Amino acid sequence: MPKAEEVKYTKTHEWLHLSGTEATVGLSEHAQKEMGDIVFVELPKPGRRLEKDKPCAVVESVKSAFDIYSPLNGEVTAVNDAVSGDPALINQSPLDGGWLFRIKADNPAEAGGLMDFAAYGDFLKQNAH
Amino acid sequence: MICVSAIDNRLSVEKSDPGRRGLKIKNPLREKACLKPELRRKDRPKLPEMSEFDVIRHFTRLSRLNFSVDTHFYPLGSCTMKYNPRFNEEAAALEGFASLHPLAHDDCAQGTLELLHDLGSRLKELLGLDAITLQPAAGAHSEFTGLLLAKAYFESRGEERDEIIVPDSAHGTNPATASMMGFTTVNLASRPDGRLDLETLKKHLGPRTAVLMMTVPNTLGIFETQIEEICRAAHEAGALVYMDGANLNALIGMVKPGELGIDMMHLNFHKTFSTPHGGGGPGGGAIVCRKALAPFLPVPTVKKEGGRFVSDFGDGRSIGKVKSFFGNTGVLVKAYAYMLAHSVKEFGEIARCSIINANYVRALLQDLYPSYSKEYCMHECVLTPGPDLAAKGLKTLDVAKGLLDRGFHAPTVYFPLIVHEAIMIEPTETESKETLDEFVAAMREIHALGVSDPQALKDSPHTMPVKRLDEVLAARQPNLRW
Repeated sequence: MPKAEEVKYTKTHEWLHLSGTEATVGLSEHAQKEMGDIVFVELPKPGRRLEKDKPCAVVESVKSAFDIYSPLNGEVTAVNDAVSGDPALINQSPLDGGWLFRIKADNPAEAGGLMDFAAYGDFLKQNAH
Repeated sequence: MICVSAIDNRLSVEKSDPGRRGLKIKNPLREKACLKPELRRKDRPKLPEMSEFDVIRHFTRLSRLNFSVDTHFYPLGSCTMKYNPRFNEEAAALEGFASLHPLAHDDCAQGTLELLHDLGSRLKELLGLDAITLQPAAGAHSEFTGLLLAKAYFESRGEERDEIIVPDSAHGTNPATASMMGFTTVNLASRPDGRLDLETLKKHLGPRTAVLMMTVPNTLGIFETQIEEICRAAHEAGALVYMDGANLNALIGMVKPGELGIDMMHLNFHKTFSTPHGGGGPGGGAIVCRKALAPFLPVPTVKKEGGRFVSDFGDGRSIGKVKSFFGNTGVLVKAYAYMLAHSVKEFGEIARCSIINANYVRALLQDLYPSYSKEYCMHECVLTPGPDLAAKGLKTLDVAKGLLDRGFHAPTVYFPLIVHEAIMIEPTETESKETLDEFVAAMREIHALGVSDPQALKDSPHTMPVKRLDEVLAARQPNLRW
């Protein structure tokens, strides 16, 4: 299980953990808290090509439905079927049991443009209304 | 106040008692018209068996538990839950309208055709646009129709445009329609003041942009002051501008969207034009557009030829039908009655009063429930629970449930998405100052309760037939069958 300090973040509140060319993607602690109780998840199918910054999954809470954006270009290699059956996993452990999908990144260096933990913290502060 | 313990929550099937019946009167005509014995079902349908008296009590009791605009203040933001004048109903019930067969020849339907023609002409004038279809059944269906028009328009010009730009202050149905129609949705973040940023827009406009879909005023209840520049920029890129007219109540009679540069827009008869929503509906929508889009409108439309009104099936460029016949004609009769009852000047008064009412509520509540925007709002305001309630762990949902206990329908909550813990209130022009004062008092009482006894507010509603529902459990493990 990666720690919150070890993963990269997008402005749309996904986290990404890179291991070689394979990246695991999930929803940040901040995002799960903001969304409230998550009740439904729609994940991309393994083998699907994902485009960076384009919607690729949907997470629905009692408040609303939210798009999940792919942090990188690549192909889906695995999805977390457990969260489809039990979406509460995302609320309980967004970085561990609540991961969403894995992609084989076309170019892992693209992750360099994402925020680290400290930068994401600043980003949240700036955008707090 | 209804005594909760006396409420019988059983379903009609649970009240069923085999052998109970209503009066059964033999109808010789019906006997004759019956299906052949081999076509009839063998078993009786499994309907609840009840006496007529039990049925009357069952449904009368349910109807008394209902919250409706006829019984309660219903401040649902962006839904314009205004009073539905009974005069509209009388008009729609007139024999000539109500009993007209949909397949009647134009010659036998002159009254209805004239009404549709005149309703269309008045709306075009009021909105400053050139052509109209009254076929769509409601708002989202109108959006669907509008984007079909845009597709047909660009195809006729040999242009391939696949993107729709939607600001994040638009109604949720806008991006939904765009994606349902196979377009790529480009979402634009609003400026901190809640308006669309012209420079950001310009960066995203291009040869792929088909339509810019805007809600005016937007879902924050704020008017896009740069709307003319926005329309100009979209037109320079060759794109069309679609206006979601769900919030037209704020502009009606004061602003002609066509003069702002809008190319097409929809309106909701069940909002701005006082026909009933939901169960009292059906809804009714319309697309009003510029000349350039007119050839593609759904058919038939109504045109005047000599002294007669005739169905016009166009020149073959139409997108086809989006609804049978002329749409929900009964609703259109009601909307027409409402239009005749008000002059253009009075429509302006409607818009002004709806704006004053929203600002009145906002001004009296924003010390406890800070509004998203510090400016004056249009016909609706977006409030938040504020620091006192947040400090007690109380949320918008708790405030909404507290309102039910005080005899008010809850406002729109958690929308717009761009406002944290949004409470969106639209009083409409039809509510009196007394009602608004009562609502404000209830909101202030809820705040006081939340501060002094947060648990009591968390446990609300206390006076409804059911207590706080477990929405999470209901969504995660829905039990959809009795």
